[in-house]
Amino acid sequence: MANPFSAEDIPVITPTFRLQWEQAQDCYVILYPEGMVKLSPSAGEIMKRCDGKTNITHMIDDLNNQFPGADLENDVYKFLEVAHENGWIRAK
Amino acid sequence: MKTAGSEQNKLPQPLWLLAELTYACPLQCPYCSNPVEMVNVKNELSTGDWIRVMREARVMGATQLGFSGGEPLVRKDLEILIAEARQLGYYTNLITSGVGMDEKRVEAFKKAGLDHIQVSFQASSEELNNFIAGTDAFQHKLEMARSVKKHGYPMVLCFVLHRKNEDQIRDILELSINLEADYVELATTQYYGWAFHNREQLIPTRQQLEHAEKVAKEYQDKMKGKMRIFYVIPDYFEDRPKRCMDGWGKIFLTITPDGTALPCHAARQLPGLEFPNVRDRSVEWIWNDSPDFNKFRGLDWMKEPCRSCPEKEKDLGGCRCQAYMLTGDARNADPVCDKSPHHKELVELVERVGSLAGTPEFEAKPLVFRSMKNSKKIMKEKSAATV
Repeated sequence: MANPFSAEDIPVITPTFRLQWEQAQDCYVILYPEGMVKLSPSAGEIMKRCDGKTNITHMIDDLNNQFPGADLENDVYKFLEVAHENGWIRAK
Repeated sequence: MKTAGSEQNKLPQPLWLLAELTYACPLQCPYCSNPVEMVNVKNELSTGDWIRVMREARVMGATQLGFSGGEPLVRKDLEILIAEARQLGYYTNLITSGVGMDEKRVEAFKKAGLDHIQVSFQASSEELNNFIAGTDAFQHKLEMARSVKKHGYPMVLCFVLHRKNEDQIRDILELSINLEADYVELATTQYYGWAFHNREQLIPTRQQLEHAEKVAKEYQDKMKGKMRIFYVIPDYFEDRPKRCMDGWGKIFLTITPDGTALPCHAARQLPGLEFPNVRDRSVEWIWNDSPDFNKFRGLDWMKEPCRSCPEKEKDLGGCRCQAYMLTGDARNADPVCDKSPHHKELVELVERVGSLAGTPEFEAKPLVFRSMKNSKKIMKEKSAATV
């Protein structure tokens, strides 16, 4: 399946899901009816940038600034695809 | 998705808090999981009690909060509790029949921060729905389901399946599509509480199940990405038990209307438990230290055939309440397991129901509907039997 996003797209969290930092889990979680998915640190960093304001190019720049040395582009697209498949995000 | 860090060495956290706010309910579903002894439960927790429980459980790691009952809409302070829960950071679920709701209240809940509403239906046809519910609720439920969607909530529709409505499965799924459900729970009847009392009238036939499974699968494929459909085979028809509640005292904490804390909503019937109450004890003590919540944690409590079973970590011996109800000892293997010496009794029951279902004499036996009046009657009969 082709990646549903391109560089100019602005991902936003679907209103029927909620992203939240959970102190007790020490990670970001996705909440939905009667369920919760815990996110890895990198997935959490990407999800919290799906704010409906930032396009993917800026998102990757921002992540590269915060985590210098890592080439994150592929990982970001891969995760966004998974998140989209799960219905957590969509293009604004 | 991998999770961060290791969970192995941590104490379990009560991730799921089920707040049974009241046993009062305008419906009379004969498969209700509330205890048939409910008439004896008086003295509901106050608004302040519930707020304290929610705060304490949240600190312990609780994230999902279900407002349930009975019918939670009966509580006049529901809006206050929702607002407090949301402010604490819970994902708030309202589990309701829709009776007692109107558009205004759906809106007020949204303002208070409610995340999700689950509406139960008893069937896809008005006639059967109202018969099972014991009240003319169908049209109102349709209206409320539409209102839930209109206000932007994710909506779960829940249908409890049994012999009387199992054949409506296609209509049930069409109705769910029509109402734009995001999730459909085809909840197979679990034989606890009132359902256990009405077991013979509710157990489906094998043919019904095979048909339902086929149709559910068809719609799961058809609606992929649009509507999630949950369908589970009733465990009376299985030969391995379910991993009940994901383990005793593992993620699930139920607080009953009078403040009794339970590891699952059926556990109240088990003998030898002390039933800690949130009025006397903190949630932290109840979860971490109370004898009840530690009673069936881990694997050390097991007897044979579970103790030496290579699958014991997978299903944890099944359900403690089912083991108790069907064998008289909560430490026994859940008889759903074909390694249990009691398994054949379940097989015989399912076969007997299968051969008699549809015959006028067998179907003539009336359902005992869930009501305070019937609860009182059953209690009276029970005490007369033990004198």
